[in-house]
Amino acid sequence: MTIEHTHEHEQLMRASLDHCVKCTICETQCPVAAVTPLFPGPKFVGPQAERYRHGLSVDHSIDYCSSCGTCTLVCPQGVHIAELNSLARGAMKQQNNMPFRDQIISRTTLMGAVMTPVAPVANWALGVKPIRVIAEKVIGLHRNAPMPTAHTQTLQGWVKRRGASAPAKPGSRGKIIYFHGCAANYFELETGQKTIEVLEHLGYEVIVPKQGCCGLPLQSNGLFDAARKYVRKLVADLRTGGKDIPIVSASTSCGSMLKREAEEILGVADPELADVGGRMVDIMELLLKLHDEGTLPEDFAPMDVTLPYHPPCQLKSHGIGVPATEVLELIPGVKIKESGVACCGMAGTYGIKKEKYDVAMAVGKPLFDMVLETNKELALCDSETCRWQIETATGVRTVHPITIIHKAYGLS
Amino acid sequence: MRKLEADVVVIGGGSTGAGVVRDVAMRGFKAVLVDRVDLAQGTSGRFHGLLHSGGRYVVSDPHSATECAEENEILKRIQADAIEPTGGYFVATPTDDPEYGDRFKTGAEATGVPVNEVSIAELLRREPRVNPKATRAFETLDGSVDGWQLVWGAAHSAEQYGAKILTYHRVTKIERQGDTVSAVICTDDKTGETVQIGCSFVLNCAAAWGGQVAAMADCHGVEVVPGAGIMIAMNHRLVNTPVNRLTYPADGDIIVPVHTVSIIGTTDQKAEDPDRLQISYEEVQQMMDCGEQLVPGFRQSRALHAWAGARPLVKDSRVSATDTRHMSRGMSIIDHSERDGLKGLLTIAGGKLTTYRLMAKKVVDAMCEQLGEQRECRTADEVVPGSEKHTFYSVSHRLHDREEDRLSEQILCECELLTKKMFTDLQDEQPLATFDDLRRQLRLGMGPCQGGFCSVRATGVSHDRGKIDIERATGLLRLFLRNRWIGLWPILNGDQVRQTALDDWIFEGTLDIGHLPQPAEEVLR
Repeated sequence: MTIEHTHEHEQLMRASLDHCVKCTICETQCPVAAVTPLFPGPKFVGPQAERYRHGLSVDHSIDYCSSCGTCTLVCPQGVHIAELNSLARGAMKQQNNMPFRDQIISRTTLMGAVMTPVAPVANWALGVKPIRVIAEKVIGLHRNAPMPTAHTQTLQGWVKRRGASAPAKPGSRGKIIYFHGCAANYFELETGQKTIEVLEHLGYEVIVPKQGCCGLPLQSNGLFDAARKYVRKLVADLRTGGKDIPIVSASTSCGSMLKREAEEILGVADPELADVGGRMVDIMELLLKLHDEGTLPEDFAPMDVTLPYHPPCQLKSHGIGVPATEVLELIPGVKIKESGVACCGMAGTYGIKKEKYDVAMAVGKPLFDMVLETNKELALCDSETCRWQIETATGVRTVHPITIIHKAYGLS
Repeated sequence: MRKLEADVVVIGGGSTGAGVVRDVAMRGFKAVLVDRVDLAQGTSGRFHGLLHSGGRYVVSDPHSATECAEENEILKRIQADAIEPTGGYFVATPTDDPEYGDRFKTGAEATGVPVNEVSIAELLRREPRVNPKATRAFETLDGSVDGWQLVWGAAHSAEQYGAKILTYHRVTKIERQGDTVSAVICTDDKTGETVQIGCSFVLNCAAAWGGQVAAMADCHGVEVVPGAGIMIAMNHRLVNTPVNRLTYPADGDIIVPVHTVSIIGTTDQKAEDPDRLQISYEEVQQMMDCGEQLVPGFRQSRALHAWAGARPLVKDSRVSATDTRHMSRGMSIIDHSERDGLKGLLTIAGGKLTTYRLMAKKVVDAMCEQLGEQRECRTADEVVPGSEKHTFYSVSHRLHDREEDRLSEQILCECELLTKKMFTDLQDEQPLATFDDLRRQLRLGMGPCQGGFCSVRATGVSHDRGKIDIERATGLLRLFLRNRWIGLWPILNGDQVRQTALDDWIFEGTLDIGHLPQPAEEVLR
């Protein structure tokens, strides 16, 4: 990508502000603006404020945007509101001193690599209130915000070590590349393991290339240059898994980064990215596709349960509907209750910041209430940080929908 | 009848009149300025917003070029709040002769206009949307200027020196006693009252209307030809510095960033009546084509509003009567004591906004000479009110201000980030103002929705505060919308159609403003 590409791309996003007719639909749907006056709202900071931007960044309140993307999704005129906001925030962060905290939390692989060898200590430390109070005061991570749980091994390590337990013969459905993302590698191995096992159960030969972070946390914290480096590296990593092989992901936001955001927000126009983005498929999307083709084994063990399910903001931006609901309801006895709310408030790393925590909790309140009313034992959500948010706020164990499929196939 | 006394009456509240009344007042004369409508409602508010560096005239009009270069520097010193010192570019597009650049450079050197040739890469770095196939580019000191703010600034300065500014005072007669001017008779159109201003001197600064004013003193045959030009404002800044075609001055040769919009201008057609300027379909298409030459994709961008202004060009026998573009851009002073045997009346016309201060100086010098008085002009040395801090305008100012007061202030006009307080403060100062009068000073309704949302808010707020009764509320709202729509019709296309359709649903569908109870007399001012 050249400098010209970035310019062209920014111009394209900026040009979309011409479509705004001030209808205010985005403002009525913004989950953040609904709970706090600190955020002036997507129309204000987006198509309106953009007309005033040149040179010096003067509107720091744009940082209250959580990047959930609801505004772009609901805009009937085609304004790239969330993308405009992300670009403006990137410029704002570049002009101001970036908090040390944002530098740290946006480097997920670094956090994972540091925490894994000392997992018990790290988990203990993150669970001890006085330490969290110090962390809040010193670096601005809210003391009550959900933190990931470190594990003593990584998913990559598990894949290498399981050797014998992996299926011996090549899958009948051919190869598939698994993009696990940082969360499954370091903090939520269970989701990664279960995704691999379900895919293998379906007859796929699962390839797990060594891979890094997609750069999304960097991007949502405005560190665009670093984010571009990360996503390009990841694209190269995934391509080592082989040509033309579908790539599956159980991490909605990271999948969306490759499908859409790296190009639309970071302006990465590499053909390699287009290749990987074109091959990306969400795990639940894949299962629904197999069901539609009539090749999904549907010998699910019945479960008599009603589960609250929150389709995360980032899933909506995939434009694939809500495949998890349809797939899960193939299991006899399973009833899915969709949350019907826009956002859990977490939005990646937004809700863990000291100054945003209360906003994030207020955004998520209707969701938390709905979860608690529906099922006090178990809730479902496709995105990892959203799961941590729901679980921390409600005390209800929250897992990826693949966990239920795994169980229904008798794999756990 | 109301009676006032003054030394000098200045007729016309455009840039020339405002500059003149400031100068006259600063030289110690008791001055009154009258305008039939609001300040800068005519030509001074209907241009493309360029603060000339002189670059435009280095080949065609070297004298004007030098004057522009000098005044550019002075205005930046005394009226920073009305000016954005953007710098500008002259660009040879692929269809322009690159050789012209050499004449441009030579002309610039001869006239003292600072220019600097830059590479196309440098041009594109600063102005990424400009035609990448450009062959040559020169940097200049062009800037962007808000005509309304410039004029109001000068008027406030004059008031500090004791001048009276009377808007909506329509001159009906200039009286004489023997061979000397003795009074100006006006009608205060807001109250209907007749106003007599006794005076010994009248400076006719009515520009394109100057012939009509001179006739009121029985000085007939002063020909000021209105050279009409259209301008189109685009929704956002397609460029951040004025970008000119590197050619001999022609139609559609410039795009200027003014506030949040970019303005393309302009055409030049001889008009019969400066109050009835037409905007033809052909002219709009011509501007869009010219825009496309400078900024590829211009045609797909959203046009907000079109308007026309009338250049006051004094008829010059050396050029054909219909070729208004090449009539003198310089100023002319007509001394009616020589021409018509009437002492105490000077008519000034021509010139351009950038040289308004200089024109004022020259005409006031001429007046002093006729009066036999020695009084020095000090307008170049003293900063006008509002610019004391020498802070230039910047496009991000209002966004910055709203960032500061966003938790306490309600926003009235979202497109232009105008708060309710800004609106009500000015309304308190100017209680008789129409919404258009307030618009010119505050930019109410000048953004993408063209009053679609803020006009009803402004009306509601004004009525709530008891500033207007219900009939005036209806009348002012309709007047404001009518004036917005005049500028919308000629450019309705693309995104602006969607907006206008939505606005129309609001006004006709929901509010049914076409059938609101009619005031007995239509509100026009």
